[in-house]
This record gives sequence, C-alpha cells and structure tokens, in this order.
Amino acid sequence: MIRSEILREIAPILRDQLVVCNIGLPSQELHMIDDNAKNFYMLGTMGLSSSIGFGLALAQDKTVISIDGDGSVLTNFGTLPTIANNVTDNYILLIIDNGSYGSTGDQPTYAGKKTKLEDVAKACGCENVVVCQDVDTGKTLQAAIDSKKMTIIVSKCDSGNIKLPVITMDPVVIRDRFMKAVAS
Amino acid sequence: MDISKKIVDDFVANDVSFITTVPCKQLAGVIDEVEARPEIFHIPSNKEDEGMGLCAGAFMGGKRPAIIMQNTAIGVTINTLATLTQYYRMPLPMLISYRGELREPVACQVEMAVHTKALLNQLHIPTYHFHKESDADEFDAILKYTFMCNKPVAILTDASFWGGYGDQ
Repeated sequence: MIRSEILREIAPILRDQLVVCNIGLPSQELHMIDDNAKNFYMLGTMGLSSSIGFGLALAQDKTVISIDGDGSVLTNFGTLPTIANNVTDNYILLIIDNGSYGSTGDQPTYAGKKTKLEDVAKACGCENVVVCQDVDTGKTLQAAIDSKKMTIIVSKCDSGNIKLPVITMDPVVIRDRFMKAVAS
Repeated sequence: MDISKKIVDDFVANDVSFITTVPCKQLAGVIDEVEARPEIFHIPSNKEDEGMGLCAGAFMGGKRPAIIMQNTAIGVTINTLATLTQYYRMPLPMLISYRGELREPVACQVEMAVHTKALLNQLHIPTYHFHKESDADEFDAILKYTFMCNKPVAILTDASFWGGYGDQ
C-alpha cells in the first residue's frame, strides 16, 4: 500500500480524533479523503507535525494523533526525546514510513536504508513503540487509541503518490475551525 | 525585586501556562523560576523550531504559550515563524537572550547579534530591547499586546539588563 491508501483506510478511525497532519501530500490527501474540522493541515514548516500535535496533547485531554512521515521525523529528531520524557497518554505519533521524501519526488530517506526509526524512538526513551505493516495500520492505530497509552507507531509501506490539488483553504480558517473542534 | 521572579510573575499574571525553553547562561535564573512555578508547564525543547511547534499546539489546545531562547535561534526559526506562527496567526512571546551585545565575552556571539534586529525587522516582528532593569516594567504590557494581536513578539534582553556575565 502507499500512504494515500493507508489514509483512506484509516479515515473512519481518524474522524473521531484530533489529527495534526504533515505538510505536503499527506495533508492534501487527508483533505481530499475526509476534510473535517478535527484535521489540522500543515501548509508549511516541515518536521513539526509531531511537535504541534504533542503540544496540543499536553494542553488538553482529548486524544491527538500526529500523522508524520519518515522524512519529517528525520528533519526533527529532537522531537523524540521531548516526547519520551514528557509522557501524555492522549498522544499518538503515527509515522508513515515509506522510505522516501514523497512530496518532493520520492527521493530515498535514510529511514529506507540503515536507519530504523522504531529503534531511534526506543533509544530516545519512548516506551510504547509499535511497528506494523501498511495493511495493519488501522487495527494498530485503533489498539493504540483504546490502550490510552502514549504510542509511537511506525507503519511500513510503499513509496508512491497520487495526483491531487494543493489545499487552498486559508491557514487562519484551518486554525480557527480546528480550535473550535478542540474546544467543543 | 529579583528580575527573574518579576518576569515570571508577569507570565503567570497574563495566564501564560506553557513555556518551552532552550538554555542560555544569561537566562538560567528565569528558566529556574519557570521550572519552580506550579502554574506553568515547563517543557525544555531540543531546538527552537521544535519549541515553536510545541507552542503552536499548546495555543490551539487553549493554553497561552511562550518560548525562552537565545538570539542565535532567530537563525534557526525564520521558516517556522513565517510559515507556522505568523501564517496561522498565533501569539508567541519570545523572551530572548540578546547575546553578542555590550559586555559579551564570546566574539562569535557578535556575528548573530549584528543580524538579530535586522532579521526581526524583516519578519515584521514587534521587537522590544531590555537594556536597563527598569525596561522590564513594560513586560506585562508587552505580553498583553502579544495576546491582543496574535503575533510573535520578541523581547531582547542583553547582558547589561541581566547585570553582566560575572567572572569570565
């Protein structure tokens, strides 16, 4: 499976949760598949999906899922020790690991070579690190939500993209409706 | 009155309850004070752009955030300030140690100091410079201003403000 197929499959699970979605194609795909107020789309700032979602989880009680990519986690490795050392059980980091920088033309990442993000997360002190195959992402994510334990999921999938338009929604509109969904 | 305590009192009085820090020798006292206050959730970050991401999330979760960092971090965070904090119109008080100013012992710090105000100006970030201890009298008003206009706002605090670096 490629990332957009995973997102389509897990959309019914994501729908009930607060989701912070990674820049570029992941946000465009989620926006196309199931746009709703509980999705925060990143239009810029590669690497910060995990940090934004984690700050949100620390600030309130609802479950927050950060959808990140292997390339973006590599960009912001400092996030993993911060997450590990400030545990909040309403937080799930879902790393869709396709071993490539999808939004920029599928250049290979080091996570697709020798570097294992699940081992990095564990070495940083993250306690619930789950590796799954693409087809098992939905049930793994649901199990993480049900466990009410902070969880890092690394979902291994194929690289590849679909053609779709950019998000033209104004960032302040995205933020405002998201904040209303958070507060509701 | 202890200046670190006064600054953190102002944070608390303005309901700033989520503060991320990246350490600086000059800011050690204020970071200790942040850590000591039960009203504030203190989360050290490993890099300032990561910290700004945490603050963006905390703001959307209903908390008033702030970041404490060095001026060298302006070089690290321009993209985040432009495409996250400013683009989504979020408030962020940035209490900044203005290294490389008068009394600075480390020459390399001057290299970012000479760019600091120019970069903040280019980003259209409201900027205040604390040089004398009495300048901090405005800190409360600066915080109110930040959360009124939903912008990142820089408060540069130099070595003279903090009383120098001590024996070096």
